[in-house]
Amino acid sequence: MSKRIDVKDLNVYYGNFLAVEDVNINIQAKSVTAFIGPSGCGKSTFLRTLNRMHEVLPGARVEGEVLLDGDNLYGPGVDPVTVRTQVGMVFQRPNPFPTMSIRDNVLAGVKLNNKKISKGAADALVEKSLVGANLWNEVKDRLDKPGSGLSGGQQQRLCIARAIAVEPQVILMDEPCSALDPISTLAVEDLINELKDQYTVVIVTHNMQQAARVSDKTAFFNIAGTGKPGKLIEFADTTSIFNNPSQKATEDYVSGRFG
Amino acid sequence: MTTNSLTTSQGAGRAGDKVFSGAAMAAGCLILAVLFGVALFLVVQAIPALTAPAADIQGGHGFFAYIAPIVVGTLIAAVIALVIATPVAIGVALFISHYAPRRLAAGLGYVVDLLAAIPSVVYGAWGAAFLAKEISPAYDWLATYLGWIPIFEGPASATGKTILTAGIVLSVMVLPIITSLSREIFLQTPKLHEEAALALGATRWEMIKMAVLPFGRPGIISAIMLGLGRALGETMAVALVLSSGVLTASLIQSGNQTIAAEIALNFPEASGLKVNTLIAAGLVLFVITLGVNMIARWIITRHKEFSGAN
Amino acid sequence: MTATVVRKRSALTKGQLPKFAPYIVLAVALVVAAAIMALIGFNAFGWGIVAAILFAVGLVSWSGAVEGARKAKDKLATCLVVGAFLIALLPLISVIVTVLINGIPGLITPGFLGTSMNGVTGAFDNKAAEEGAPVLGGIYHALMGTIQITLLATVISVPVGLLTSIYLVEYGNDRPLARAITFFVDVMTGIPSIVAGLFAAAFFFAIVGPGTKTGAVAAVALSVLMIPVVVRSSEEMLKIVPNELREASYALGVRKWRTITKVVIPTAISGIASGVTLAIARVIGETAPILVTAGFATTINNNVFGGWMASLPTFIYTQILNPTSPSNPGPSDQRAWGAALVLIILVMLLNLGARLIARMFAPKTGR
Repeated sequence: MSKRIDVKDLNVYYGNFLAVEDVNINIQAKSVTAFIGPSGCGKSTFLRTLNRMHEVLPGARVEGEVLLDGDNLYGPGVDPVTVRTQVGMVFQRPNPFPTMSIRDNVLAGVKLNNKKISKGAADALVEKSLVGANLWNEVKDRLDKPGSGLSGGQQQRLCIARAIAVEPQVILMDEPCSALDPISTLAVEDLINELKDQYTVVIVTHNMQQAARVSDKTAFFNIAGTGKPGKLIEFADTTSIFNNPSQKATEDYVSGRFG
Repeated sequence: MTTNSLTTSQGAGRAGDKVFSGAAMAAGCLILAVLFGVALFLVVQAIPALTAPAADIQGGHGFFAYIAPIVVGTLIAAVIALVIATPVAIGVALFISHYAPRRLAAGLGYVVDLLAAIPSVVYGAWGAAFLAKEISPAYDWLATYLGWIPIFEGPASATGKTILTAGIVLSVMVLPIITSLSREIFLQTPKLHEEAALALGATRWEMIKMAVLPFGRPGIISAIMLGLGRALGETMAVALVLSSGVLTASLIQSGNQTIAAEIALNFPEASGLKVNTLIAAGLVLFVITLGVNMIARWIITRHKEFSGAN
Repeated sequence: MTATVVRKRSALTKGQLPKFAPYIVLAVALVVAAAIMALIGFNAFGWGIVAAILFAVGLVSWSGAVEGARKAKDKLATCLVVGAFLIALLPLISVIVTVLINGIPGLITPGFLGTSMNGVTGAFDNKAAEEGAPVLGGIYHALMGTIQITLLATVISVPVGLLTSIYLVEYGNDRPLARAITFFVDVMTGIPSIVAGLFAAAFFFAIVGPGTKTGAVAAVALSVLMIPVVVRSSEEMLKIVPNELREASYALGVRKWRTITKVVIPTAISGIASGVTLAIARVIGETAPILVTAGFATTINNNVFGGWMASLPTFIYTQILNPTSPSNPGPSDQRAWGAALVLIILVMLLNLGARLIARMFAPKTGR
C-alpha cells in the first residue's frame, strides 16, 4: 500500500513566473522524505504538484513528469481527482470540517464521494484510521462531537486520520506542525514515524531538527534571490545532509549560517 | 508501461462537475439576460407610445410634453429627500461608528436597519395619515413668513399632502441606505490615521475631520447616489402622500407628480396606448436610475482599487 | 517622601468642564424650555426640540468660555451627531406608534384574519360607520396572496441567486463574465421596484397576451428585486468559508461540485439562510410591482397562475386610496391599518427569524 514517486524535469509556473525550476527527484516507497529550505524557495509549491493540488491556485501550471509507480500524474486523460485519492495531503493549519462530527470527518473522503458503505464497515474504518493516527483513545467516547472542539494537535491528527481513511499510497504533509505546540508536535512526529511502515510520506518543514528527527532522506531547496526560481540543491540521506553535505549552500543552511 | 492506471475515471463524477459548473454559469448569465430583458421589453412596449401621434398621448402634446413635468417632479422630490437625509444620515453613521459606546453600536445599527425594514406602503400610509396632518401648520407658517420665496409660496395646502411632505417621507426611507453604507466606510478608516490624529492632540471632532471624513468621501458620495437612486424610484411614499397635479414651483401647495407614482396610480386601470405611455415612462425612470446607480457603483469600484483596502 | 503635595485638581484636568456639566446644562435647558413652551402653548414635541437646542447652545458656549474654541467645536459636533441619531429615531417611533394605535382595533375585529373582502360593499361600511355595526371584511385573501406570491418568488430567486453566487465565488476567478455579473447585480439592486413590476408586466403581455395579471407575474417581478439581494448576501457568505476547507476536501479526492455542495454550502448555510430570509422580508412589503402585475382582488384566489390576486401591501394601498365606501372611509382605514400592523409584524418576524437562523445553524464549536 505505498508507491514510489519519480519526478523528471519538473518546472512550476505561476502565470509566466517560473516558481520552481527543473526538479529531478526519486522518492522511495515506505520512507519519510523531508523538504527543507528558506521561505519562498518553492518547496510547498513543489509538494502541491505531487498531487496536483497546485491546480486549485489560479494560474499555476507545470511542465515535466511526475511518475507514481510509473504512471504519469500529468499524462493525458488523468483525472486530478483520481490522483488525489492516491496521494493524500495534510495542511499547515489543522482544517477539520466544522459542520461534521469527529466520526464524519474521518469518513469525509468516503461520504463526500457518495460511496456506499455499511455501518459496520464505516465503524471499522473510523476505528482503524483513528488508531492509525494515534487518536482513537482520546476521542473514542465522543465521536459524535464536532471535530473543531478538539485541541490543535488532536485536530491535526484528525486530519491525518481523515487522509489515511481514503487509503492513499502517499501522504504529503505541508508543515504539519507549524501551528502546533511542542507536545502536540511530538505526538504528530511519533505518528509520522509509524506511518512510514505503510505509506510513502513527504513532509515540508521549516524546522531542521524536525527533518533530522523524522526523515530518512532530505531534499534541500534554495532560491537565488527574489524573483528567481526555486531549485532543488541537494537530495541525500538525512544524516549526510546534516553531517557532511556536498553543497556549500546546504552546509550554510543546515549550520544556521543563513536562512 | 503503456496503460496509465490513473486514467481509470470514477464514472459519473466528471459529468457532475460539468453539469454543476454549467448550471452555475447559466444562472449568472440568466441574471444578465434578465437585466437585458428588462431594458428590451420596456423598449418594445414603449415604442408605440413614442411613435404615436402627439394628439393620442395623454395631454395631447406628445410623449415629451407628458413626461417632462413628471421627470422634474421626480427630481424635486428626490432632491428634497437627499437634502434632508444626507446630513442626518452622516451624523447617524458617525454616531454609530465613532460616538456610541462600542457595546451599543451593533444594537443601534440594528435599530437603523429597522427603518429600512418597514414596508414602503406603511411609510406612505404614515405620511398620508399622520405626517401630512401634523406638518400642515408648519406650512401655513412658511407661507406666511417665507412666502416671498417661490418654493414657499402660499396658500399652503390645507391637507399637508404636498411634494415637501412626500420628500420628507422619502428622506426617512433613504436615510438607512445612506447610513449603512457610510457607517461601513467610516469603520474602514485606517486605525493608524485615527490614532495619528489623536496622538497629535486632536479632539474627537478634529480627528474625524482629519482622518475619517477625507477617507470616507468617495464612500459618502456613492452612498448619496444610491440614496438618490432609491428616492427617484420610490413609489408608495409619493403615490399615497402627494395630492398630485401640474408642475408647481411651490413645495407647500398640492401639485407635482413623480414618474413612479404616476405609473402606480394609472397603470391598474390603463388600457391601450395608455399602457404603452406608462411603460415608456417606466423606461425613462429605468434609464435615469440606471445611470445614477452605475455612477455610484463606479465610484465605489474606483475607490476600492485605489484604497488598497481589499 | 513626607511632604507630598496635596492638590485638589490634577494639572491634567485644569481648564476642563466638570464631569457633571452636561447634566446641569440639560436640567437648565429642560426647565427654560418648559417655561418658554408654557408661554406659547405646551406640547411635548416642541418642548423636546427647544430643550435640545438650548442644551446644545448652553453647553457649547460654556465650553467655549472655559475650555476654548477647539473643545467647544468638539462639543458642538458631538451635539449635532447625537442630535442626528435622535432625529432619525423620531420617524421610526412615530411610524410604529401610529401603526399600533390605528392597527390594533382592526386586528382585534373578529374575522379580520379569517375572512376576505368578498361581498363586503360600501353599504356595510356605511352601516358600520353610521350605526356602529361591526366592521366586516378581512385580509385572509390578501394574506394568502402575499404568502403565495412571496413563496413563488423565493422558489425562483433562491436557486438562481445561490447558483450565481457559487459561480462568482467558486468558478468566476475574476473573469470578465464574473466581473460583468457582479457589476450588473449591483446595478440591479438599484432597479426601482415599479420598473421591475413593469418589466414583468411587459414580459407577460408580450408572451401570454395583453392584460395578463396573475400572482405568477407578480412573483416574477419580485424575483427581479430579490435575486440581486440573494446573490450579494450568499456571495459574502461563501467568500468567508475558509479556503482551507475546500483544499482539505480536494485533497481527499472529492470533486469540485461535491466539495461545494457538501462542504462549502453546509459551512455557509446559516448565513445564506439568514440572507434569504432578509431578502424575503424585503420583498414581502413591496407594493408597486404587485400593483401593476397582479391587479386587485377582493376574493380568495389560490391559483397563482390564473386570475387577479390580492396581497397585503396592495390591500393597504387600495383601502386607503379607494375606500370601499367613498363617503365613509373609516372602516376601510381601520382595515388598512390592521393590515399594515400584520405586515409589519410579518416583516419583523422575518428579520428576527434571520437572526435566529444565523445563530442556530452556525457551525458548532465547543467540546
